[in-house]
Amino acid sequence: MIAPVVELRGVSRVFPAGDVSVTALVDADLVVEPGDYVAVVGPSGSGKSTMLNILGLLDRPTSGTYLLEGIDTSTLSEGQRAGLRSRRIGFVFQSFHLLSHRTVLENVLLATIYNRMPRSERLPAAEEALRRVGLGHRMDFLPTRLSGGERQRVAIARAIVTRPALLLADEPTGNLDSATGESVLAFFDELRNDGLTLIVVTHDDKVSQHAERQVRLRDGRIERAA
Amino acid sequence: MFLALRELSFARGRFALMGSVVALIAVLMVLLSGLSVGLVNDGVSGLKKLPVSSFAFEAGVDESAAFTRSMVEIDKAEMWVDVPGVADAAPFGLTLVNTRTDRGVDIDLALFGVELDSWLLPTAATGSDLSGPGQILLAGTLADEGVAIGDVVVVDQIDKELEVVGFVDGQHTFGHVDVGYVDLSTWQEIRAGARPGDEVPNHVYRWVTAIAVLNEGDAEPDVAAADEMAGTTTMTLEESFGASPGYTAEVMTVQMIQWFLYAISALVVGAFFTVVAIQRRQEIAVMRAMGASTGYLLRDSITQSVILLVVATAVGLGIGLALGAGLSATEMPFALYPSAVAAASAFLVLLGLVGAAFGVLRVTRVDPLTALGASR
Repeated sequence: MIAPVVELRGVSRVFPAGDVSVTALVDADLVVEPGDYVAVVGPSGSGKSTMLNILGLLDRPTSGTYLLEGIDTSTLSEGQRAGLRSRRIGFVFQSFHLLSHRTVLENVLLATIYNRMPRSERLPAAEEALRRVGLGHRMDFLPTRLSGGERQRVAIARAIVTRPALLLADEPTGNLDSATGESVLAFFDELRNDGLTLIVVTHDDKVSQHAERQVRLRDGRIERAA
Repeated sequence: MFLALRELSFARGRFALMGSVVALIAVLMVLLSGLSVGLVNDGVSGLKKLPVSSFAFEAGVDESAAFTRSMVEIDKAEMWVDVPGVADAAPFGLTLVNTRTDRGVDIDLALFGVELDSWLLPTAATGSDLSGPGQILLAGTLADEGVAIGDVVVVDQIDKELEVVGFVDGQHTFGHVDVGYVDLSTWQEIRAGARPGDEVPNHVYRWVTAIAVLNEGDAEPDVAAADEMAGTTTMTLEESFGASPGYTAEVMTVQMIQWFLYAISALVVGAFFTVVAIQRRQEIAVMRAMGASTGYLLRDSITQSVILLVVATAVGLGIGLALGAGLSATEMPFALYPSAVAAASAFLVLLGLVGAAFGVLRVTRVDPLTALGASR
């Protein structure tokens, strides 16, 4: 039996804030199997970003266990977590976060450097990822010359070039007009059909409807994990 | 490397600005280093060039003005010669006088009185060595100021005439005035204020400023016991520098300025790299999210800082050395020792790196998703 890509067991995250402490995530249980497409939804302040931080290994839970592909991440060092992040997780951000003074190709190549992909495989992998998102003809462009939709596709290419197990997307269509957003979501569907596991954090119903499962957060608690 | 270099060339203006600040600091540092060495030389180069291990002054003399205040009886030299570990000891006289040459050049002199058969007697680089009373052997630098062999130097007020027989090589100064070597008895007469033709009382010839002591090899004579026995107060050659007029105050002032400069450069460079790192916050956060470890980010930023610091320091050094070469030719006391300049440059680079590391560390601690501007 293959381990779930993500397994949260009783995960809580408490932020100390002076004398009082803020509990951003309470006792969260979540299992995401390989190939799942999950949308995490909820109002502002509901703990979505905390959950994304923890899922992306950018933050550690205060209590509880997070297994990524069966690996208990709580026992790993920062270096090991960074390594795991570079190999197994891809990020797509709302505002793309491409490095503006590097070309499209270099932006995608960056991910392969941290990933410690063998040098000879980097360029072919980056070119392949860009062709896959339909930007094979834009490789030498600077991101500033691309449209919003194209930038987000570069960001997706950057996220998938390392062939991660899990793609985390944070409001991926938030900065795009609806037609462009729709095309990005269609591409997510395509990735999902190819077997990639996706977790999308959003407050947009149109986005969450693409997912096969919605996880609704309210005040740090998971309301429904259908 | 790839990232750091790209950023250096991309943000050219920003880094050029910072580079010029670092370069200017390096220039200032070179000039200060030269000035500090120059001041030291101007104060005590005459003493430094003596083949002396230590000076035995009058017991209980004011150590900050020992050369001008001390009076030691000449026969104490013989007592010092017998001290175990001492190779030789000789009487030494020092006094500051105003003189004028017969060609009308005013020169202030530190007169060093030594016995003609003494190991203290210097060798002339041009002209001839001291061979009798009434002669003077001058610091080589005076040859550039219109003094020539055969000139007669007249000591103010007592009208004592001294014939210039030669020059010793290079700079010999004490308390910022040039050194002139004279025969010990001549020195004693000048010190006593005896005019030509005056009858000089015998006791004048019994006193000198100090006994110059030369140790045997690396031997360390029991100075305390010897002082006790001879009734003297001994200072090593290095310690005696402090007895040169104004020496301690000058050195402390320049050193304090140097330390301030180091502190300022560390702060400036550190603050700059902190600002750069804050500007790169988002970029650093993206790189972290993509799996770059803190170590990688540190290496990346440090590489960038090293390039900036080394290049800027090198440019500053070049300018500083060029300016220094110009200054050396002027009245300003200025001398550069490669070791001092190298150490100061390395220190500047190091301090800059510490500042840069702090800047990056601060940013790598920022919550990546906050920096990424997630809108929830």
